[in-house]
Amino acid sequence: MAESPSTTVDVSYVADLARLRLSPEEIATFQKQLGDVLGYVDQLREVDVEHVSLLGEADLKNRLRLDELQPSLTPEQALANAPRQENNLFVVPKMVE
Amino acid sequence: MDLTSLTIPELRRKLSTGAARPREVVDQLAARIAAVDPKLKAYLHLDAEKARAAADSADTTLPLGGVPIAIKDVINVQGDPCTCASKILQGYVAPYDATVITKLREAGAVLFGRTNMDEFAMGSSTENSSWGATRNPWDLDRIPGGSSGGSAAAVGGHEAFAALGTDTGGSIRQPAALCSCVGVKPTYGRVSRYGLVAFASSLDQIGAFTRTVEESALLLEIIAGHDPRDNTSIDRPVPKYTQSLGQGVKGLKLGVPKEYFIEGIDPEIEKSVRAAIDEYRSQGAEIVEVSLPHTKYAVAVYYIIATAECSANLARFDGVRYGKRAQHPKDILDMYGRTRAEGFGAEVKRRIILGTYVLSSGYYDAYYNRAQKVRQMIAEDFRLAFEQCDALLTPTSPTAAFRLGERTQDPLQMYLADIFTIAVNLAGICGVSIPCGFTSGKLPIGLQIIGPKWGEETMFRVAHAFEQATPWHKEKPPI
Repeated sequence: MAESPSTTVDVSYVADLARLRLSPEEIATFQKQLGDVLGYVDQLREVDVEHVSLLGEADLKNRLRLDELQPSLTPEQALANAPRQENNLFVVPKMVE
Repeated sequence: MDLTSLTIPELRRKLSTGAARPREVVDQLAARIAAVDPKLKAYLHLDAEKARAAADSADTTLPLGGVPIAIKDVINVQGDPCTCASKILQGYVAPYDATVITKLREAGAVLFGRTNMDEFAMGSSTENSSWGATRNPWDLDRIPGGSSGGSAAAVGGHEAFAALGTDTGGSIRQPAALCSCVGVKPTYGRVSRYGLVAFASSLDQIGAFTRTVEESALLLEIIAGHDPRDNTSIDRPVPKYTQSLGQGVKGLKLGVPKEYFIEGIDPEIEKSVRAAIDEYRSQGAEIVEVSLPHTKYAVAVYYIIATAECSANLARFDGVRYGKRAQHPKDILDMYGRTRAEGFGAEVKRRIILGTYVLSSGYYDAYYNRAQKVRQMIAEDFRLAFEQCDALLTPTSPTAAFRLGERTQDPLQMYLADIFTIAVNLAGICGVSIPCGFTSGKLPIGLQIIGPKWGEETMFRVAHAFEQATPWHKEKPPI
């Protein structure tokens, strides 16, 4: 049996990891709802998985190709949906002083 | 002449003999949509002028020449919006075609309209759309299912001949059942995912909504096939699925998994599905009981794996390259945090949080790794079951369409709507839902036929045999 995982989620900590700002109301609602879902998910602890080793996808194998230029989006097409762009670049707030 | 209720083969005959012109088809469909879509709200975007222009240049000798096909708003169609029903992609215009779209174009189809969905395909009712819920054509107070509810309502409501959808845990089969359509989820790797906005990459597959099995087989043979741009698509020849129809079920062994007839299933659903099993028996199929012992864990496994994958996939929506960006960001973290807070709806946020949590340090083994192992056991259950039979028969959904708002406050109840469809995605096998009756309140009921990996031919053959012997697929909704 695996160690019992906690069924309370520190929602604001996890939201920070996910780069997602939540309101205090959202944090409270999610805390409860995710507690319910994790309580449900907890039933997986009764399955004996000790003997299972993950096999991966039998049908899949790496496919290689020559490193040659192929048709792709032009810079203009790639930038067409950008909220801000300049000189063929995506513009974001300053990150380094 | 009403063209909108024709099947694709019937329409093709009219078009190829010149009895109808592609433009007329678009005109009639647009008129039908203008009349009923204010009630159904199946479409998010519709450019009838563009469709007319495409119709005028359609080559009616091609397999889908001049046939309009609606597309779920999660698949890129060059020059069209693709919002995934999310505010975070408001204003986004697709710069390229998904591979399935290229294949539809090559087959002569007229791409027609984007259909509504749960935001980023997360949901079972289409109520999680940022642009409002779609209604069920059989009862406007009820949900059409989800997440591909717009595609299901459009085809079921005769606002589309066929539509593409996507299925991660039942998002084609469950709405197809609830709207009385045929909905196919192909084997994982059968159809390219290039150009599909990813939700859970190891589960997502593109499939089709149609009104008959023959059309379902036709669309799949057109969109299937290996694509070098999707490394999870498999290089295997695509059979002519339409040629597997009409052989009957005599000599086939059809399995009935006992774990799919559980407490909580609506008695009317069970009765219809049992009657369908009897129909197969009377057609000469041998019915065998099989067991899929890990069935009850499928929903739990799914909500770990799907949310984990979604938390990674949706990291790309950060306000940098496309879509919405929060106004006046203080710094880059403020921009990410507020862009995502303002752009995503509640269910998407919930799943990102859950997925981030189950992948986070200290919980990975207890949740994600364990879920992957149980997933493998579920796949093994199916492998063993298919040693005893050619296909499985189950209900598609435990209940008929529920009322709008009934489950929106209780995510867990909503998740359980997919209890009979999820395991198929986890195992990477194929399934199709076909109409098999109605409740006493005249709500559609779906029968799910599950095939092994690459078992689409038998699956379609079994589906077709039932359809040809029963009247359910011919019924039209009251709208």
